[in-house]
Amino acid sequence: MIRDLLMPSLSPTMEEGKLTKWLVQEGDAISSGDIIAEIETDKAVMELEAPEDGFLSKILVPEGSEAVKVNGKIAEISSETTEHQKDSRTSSKAKEQVETNVDKFEIPSTKLDTITVRESIRDAIKEEMSRDDEVFLIGEEVGEYEGAYKISQGLLNTFGPRRVIDTPITEHGFTGLAIGAAFSGLRPIVEYMTFNFAMQAMDQIVNSAAKTLYMSGGQISCPIVFRGPNGAASRVAAQHSQDFSAFYSSIPGLKVIQPFTASDAKGLLKSAIRDNNPVIFLENEILYGKKFEREASEEVIPIGKAKIFLEGTDLTLISFGIGMTYAIEAAELLSKEGISTEIIDLRTIRPLDKNTIISSVKKTNRCITIEEGFPICSVGNNITALIMEEAFDYLDAPVINCTGKDVPMPYAENLEKLALVNTQEVVERAKEIIYR
Amino acid sequence: MVKKPLKTTGNREIINFFQEMLTIRRFEEKAGQLYGMGHIGGFCHLYIGQEAIVVGLESIAIEGDQRVTSYRDHGHMIACGMSPKRIMAELTGRGSGYSKGKGGSMHMFSREKNFFGGHGIVAAQVPIAAGLAFSNKYRENNNIAFGYFGDGAANQGQIYETFNMASLWVLPIVFVIENNQYAMGTSLERASSSPALYTRGQAFNIPGEAVDGMNVLAVKEAGERAEKHCRSGKGPYILEMNTYRYRGHSMSDPAKYRTRDEVNKIKAERDPIDNLRSYLISNNISTDSELKDIDKQIKDAISDAADFAISSDIPDDNELWTDIYS
Repeated sequence: MIRDLLMPSLSPTMEEGKLTKWLVQEGDAISSGDIIAEIETDKAVMELEAPEDGFLSKILVPEGSEAVKVNGKIAEISSETTEHQKDSRTSSKAKEQVETNVDKFEIPSTKLDTITVRESIRDAIKEEMSRDDEVFLIGEEVGEYEGAYKISQGLLNTFGPRRVIDTPITEHGFTGLAIGAAFSGLRPIVEYMTFNFAMQAMDQIVNSAAKTLYMSGGQISCPIVFRGPNGAASRVAAQHSQDFSAFYSSIPGLKVIQPFTASDAKGLLKSAIRDNNPVIFLENEILYGKKFEREASEEVIPIGKAKIFLEGTDLTLISFGIGMTYAIEAAELLSKEGISTEIIDLRTIRPLDKNTIISSVKKTNRCITIEEGFPICSVGNNITALIMEEAFDYLDAPVINCTGKDVPMPYAENLEKLALVNTQEVVERAKEIIYR
Repeated sequence: MVKKPLKTTGNREIINFFQEMLTIRRFEEKAGQLYGMGHIGGFCHLYIGQEAIVVGLESIAIEGDQRVTSYRDHGHMIACGMSPKRIMAELTGRGSGYSKGKGGSMHMFSREKNFFGGHGIVAAQVPIAAGLAFSNKYRENNNIAFGYFGDGAANQGQIYETFNMASLWVLPIVFVIENNQYAMGTSLERASSSPALYTRGQAFNIPGEAVDGMNVLAVKEAGERAEKHCRSGKGPYILEMNTYRYRGHSMSDPAKYRTRDEVNKIKAERDPIDNLRSYLISNNISTDSELKDIDKQIKDAISDAADFAISSDIPDDNELWTDIYS
């Protein structure tokens, strides 16, 4: 009896991974629980255990294969051994079989100069730490574990434990400590394993970091970056899925960034680290592994400048971070129906680039905002108010806010989808306000 | 009663202690008056009774050491050398105040004097103090940080998060617990399962000792032990200063949770300034008339500070929009 061995899903957001190493060969006997292969995910190199006793009769995906899809066949396990299988190890037929299988997997083209958001963030930290000894990284698992999401991979090795500091699980405490260090002129980068955990440190972020410059009459600045994944990942439910953009953006004294592309992530993080103010830098777990073309923009991207991601004439879509994926999909669908969409990637939510928003709305006369956060007091609400005040006479339709639903994030796959904003919803609302 | 002075504490220094403690007391009395007259608004927490703590500890600080405390901060600022005029002007909400009138009694800072607040959130200053100590270690200098907090703050979770990190990372910090017996209206016994606050670092291997916080010489002596420990790279140290505040928690607190007799007994027996005065006179270090002259000079200076604070200009309206971002 032959059973398929499938590529396992080893993290909430994993869609594919690299099969780095087979630890057994074709024909080898395996027992349930044996470590038979190593698989590299977004987050780490994981060991794959044999699911049952038998023989590894055929390897379908050779070691070193990248982008192996979750649930794709990677090997066959047979309940009994045969002479043929033992021989097949060296047979040319088997090699041919392997090569054929390799072809089935889409190995990403290396022609384009692409980079992931994860690598971009890491590069920004690395470059700024190399440039300035006063910059250091502090957080849970940033050092020896190399980051829960592998952002800080290699940094401990490069910079040592003085500057890459593993903390106890103590968000409230290490946030306050980092703020104290920033008051004295150091430039901490505080990594939260997720921004959900920063809720424990909210008092320090809001009452200490954001307000002290003002309360000290300009004497004590707080050059600090708070960064980490924000928003929904995949199936991690209510306490681990929340977009904090609107939360932090309501606080004077903070700057709030949520990048979408890899180059923006790098350029804006470098600006954030050099900034003399506390900056909330909201990343996204799903975007970490996403590849983008390297943009030929300047190395350091100024905070507070939105980007016209796509030019258009009929409708303005405004979004940021992962919300941009819905905006882009919606624009593609709408263009098939002859609707020309302009997409603004805010990149920075506070301070808001009002001019770019208002100029676009004056041109298109219609606007939809898209975000994953909650609908009440959302970023979209604020933009709507701005447009009402500064471009009311240019509007041909009400401004629409497409947001996450007004519910805690559910766990079940179907419910989670319903709770998030989606492309279809954006397209439908667009047609409503274009009266088609 | 005041102990014998340390060898390192000369007669001149003891007279200075008297002068500094009295300056804080006269400042606070004046602040109380100005509050009553409506010149000072909001919350105002007076330090009367606790003066020996900051005066004793500041005597061992060196250039570059940092200090940070809670909202009961006027004494700390005066003791570290900040200007009483500008502190009072901040209390009256004037542009000449340390925070240009934007911080008030609870939120004042001085980059020049390494005074990092002045914090309105109970215990939030403690991890910040550890961060200041962290920066000393990071920069490999010889400085230490003083993190002051009260017996009320001692029950906040972030204190223990900070103890853990400070000990784990061997940070040069003196944790100073100013135990004035009441967390607002709740006595230590009613709020703390273990009232010996100096032992609270045991789980983190942080040495601690209880100190008579109303005896400036005892404060200095204990402070020197703590300082030596921290500055020599042995990590944090806890000093629990047993003290008493004579006034209510804030100006609006009638202090009905304790008896007048209790307060009067402490004033009569343990007052840090009266006891030091007796000590100075009985040991022929100073005379009653010399100390009266000192008091007179202080009263004049505080009176000047009050005049300055009341006559200074209110902040310009444009100040509303400055210092939000640097």
